[in-house]
Amino acid sequence: MEETMVTSAKVSKPRRTKRVQISSLLASAPMAIVAIGVFVVCVGYSVVLSFTKSRLFPNFNWVGLDQYERLWGTSRWIVSVENLFLYGVLFIALCLVSGFFMAVFLDQKVRFESGFRTLFLYPYAMSLVVTGLVWQWMMEPSLGLQNVVQRMGWESFEFAPLVDPQYAIYGVLIAAVWQSSGLVMALMLAGLRGIDGEIWKAARVDGIPTWKTYFFIVLPMMRPVMITSVVLLAVGVVRVYDLIVAQTGGGPGMSTEMPAKFVIDHITARGNVGLGMAAATMMLLPVLLVIGPWIYREYVRPTKH
Amino acid sequence: MMGKKLFAATIGAGFMSASVQAADVEVIHWWTSGGEQKAVTVLAEEYNKLGNDKWVDTAVALGENARSLTMQRILGGDAPGAAQFNTSRQFEELIEEGLLLDLTPVAEKEGWKNFIRPSSILNPCMKDGGIYCVPVNIHSNQWLWTNKKVFADVGVKEPHTWEEFLTVAPKIQAAGYIPLAFGGQGWQERHVFDVVMIGMTDEKFWNSVWKDKDPKAASSDKMRKVFETFGALRQFTDAGAPGRNWNDATNMVITGKAAAQVMGDWARGEFAAAGKVAEVDYGCIPGPAKRPSLTLGGDAFIFPKSSDKNLEAAQMKLASMMLSPTIQAKFNNTKGSLPVRADVDLDVADACMKKGLALLDDPKATITPANNYITEDTNGQVQDLVSTFWNEPSMSVDTALSIFKGIIEDAE
Repeated sequence: MEETMVTSAKVSKPRRTKRVQISSLLASAPMAIVAIGVFVVCVGYSVVLSFTKSRLFPNFNWVGLDQYERLWGTSRWIVSVENLFLYGVLFIALCLVSGFFMAVFLDQKVRFESGFRTLFLYPYAMSLVVTGLVWQWMMEPSLGLQNVVQRMGWESFEFAPLVDPQYAIYGVLIAAVWQSSGLVMALMLAGLRGIDGEIWKAARVDGIPTWKTYFFIVLPMMRPVMITSVVLLAVGVVRVYDLIVAQTGGGPGMSTEMPAKFVIDHITARGNVGLGMAAATMMLLPVLLVIGPWIYREYVRPTKH
Repeated sequence: MMGKKLFAATIGAGFMSASVQAADVEVIHWWTSGGEQKAVTVLAEEYNKLGNDKWVDTAVALGENARSLTMQRILGGDAPGAAQFNTSRQFEELIEEGLLLDLTPVAEKEGWKNFIRPSSILNPCMKDGGIYCVPVNIHSNQWLWTNKKVFADVGVKEPHTWEEFLTVAPKIQAAGYIPLAFGGQGWQERHVFDVVMIGMTDEKFWNSVWKDKDPKAASSDKMRKVFETFGALRQFTDAGAPGRNWNDATNMVITGKAAAQVMGDWARGEFAAAGKVAEVDYGCIPGPAKRPSLTLGGDAFIFPKSSDKNLEAAQMKLASMMLSPTIQAKFNNTKGSLPVRADVDLDVADACMKKGLALLDDPKATITPANNYITEDTNGQVQDLVSTFWNEPSMSVDTALSIFKGIIEDAE
């Protein structure tokens, strides 16, 4: 339908279309320049530098794949990648689940809905640095939550994940989910409100329980909202840096190190741009290989039909 | 009409000339603890007293954060007026790229090479005939700070070697004190590691690892013993250690929660700020080692090059001031470090500082810090290894040793 309209417009007023094209080209030029200049050129430059022996300053002493060899032989990098996977999967899953339940809760036409909505969304207004600091204090064993609860009488209560290398990553996870699930809630709520009321009526007529309607009818219909949420959350996962720096500094040991921190540390204080860029290229690769085609399939291709 | 214009022009010119002469010198440093703040305030106030130019303070917690901020600012074309580094290879590349101000004119006029002692402290500043940094103090890292009351209470003697420490620590722990106050930040883990290393070995071994980068030494039995001793210290720290700042750990010794802390001589500033008396309330044990060695490191300031002649003049003035005898005395007395010139009156040198001075006079007791020999990159690799080893008791000494050997082998 759309296609036929476009072709007919082209046939009837060819000149005008051309002018529109020029002005739209002009209008999108700044964006295009930024996109090509910043993304393509800079990303390309970074990739090129990863094949050099650049220290603090970029140079072009080629070393082939040496930096990649060292990178994958560095336990800190491997730990960072593992951490990212663990954190990423759990973070996205927990945000989706908690965001969905908060949205469903608000969808029940509860009283003070706007109050709750603000409350749930509020953490998202906080920067990750502040989030990290606040939760660091709360998880401090001698000052934080653990101390408060123990003083109230529950002596065996333990909640200090950040000082234990085994659990520190979950401490970071709690802070991150607390911060981001409100956003998912807002998106999901919008999705729920967009569901046609007729569907609810039909489900009720058929005698389907509410929870079943949510899970088997409404949820599949919210696929686009889910995808948007996952994309937004995934972007946050790959670049997680500030939260780590504020909350744990990557410690204890290497237990909360993340790839982005590896990159920043190496291109600044450690003065090894070559290695840092190799790490940055490795971060880009999964995005290009996995998320790229997936986004293409979900967003780009369907519009052509 | 004409008069008005002239008036405006005069005012304008007046403003212009005023703004041209004075410069704001932004100084990035990581002196954020109580004792350190007092010391840096001395520098700032004295500089402002000189008139015209102004010290603009940018304090950033943690050395690595401050240094990466400086690097980013310089690379991004928004260089500060001056920035703190350790006297080491940390800023070597900035010199090579010609980004730092050559201080040779002031240095020659004042004869820095004649009065700065020991001369090795100036070595990292010199490159290709120029002088690119100002060493302001000498710090030694190898000290065990103790709370005398805790040791008296437990009824054990203060340890003078790591073997002794490992024998008294369980008793201290049994008495309800934390034997070792510790902050689980990368640099502190590395610091204790280095102190254990020099304490368990000697200068020759130290140099064969860091200076000659001998892989055989790096995987020797001596090195194994270092890792073992270092690992044995884990059990004597408390659960809240990870992430703790060094001065908070010092405070645990001051308040008697913990028996001892391994920290550089800058910890003295914290004890002094808390009103404690050296060798009465708190003890300071160099080493711990049979023959203690102290590293001669310190802090230095670099001055990024700028096209602004006024800023350059202000930078030169600051560099000169930092080395003047009166400022050296005031600053180092406050900070607890040693001055970089001998002709300085150290009237408040307490018992602990005198111990350090005596050792510094003995050339055999001084060693060069590892970061004078290895790049920040290699240094970071060692730090990552040490930190991983410390926090993962399941990591075997064999594994640590083989990784350590690899790092030393690849070091430049």
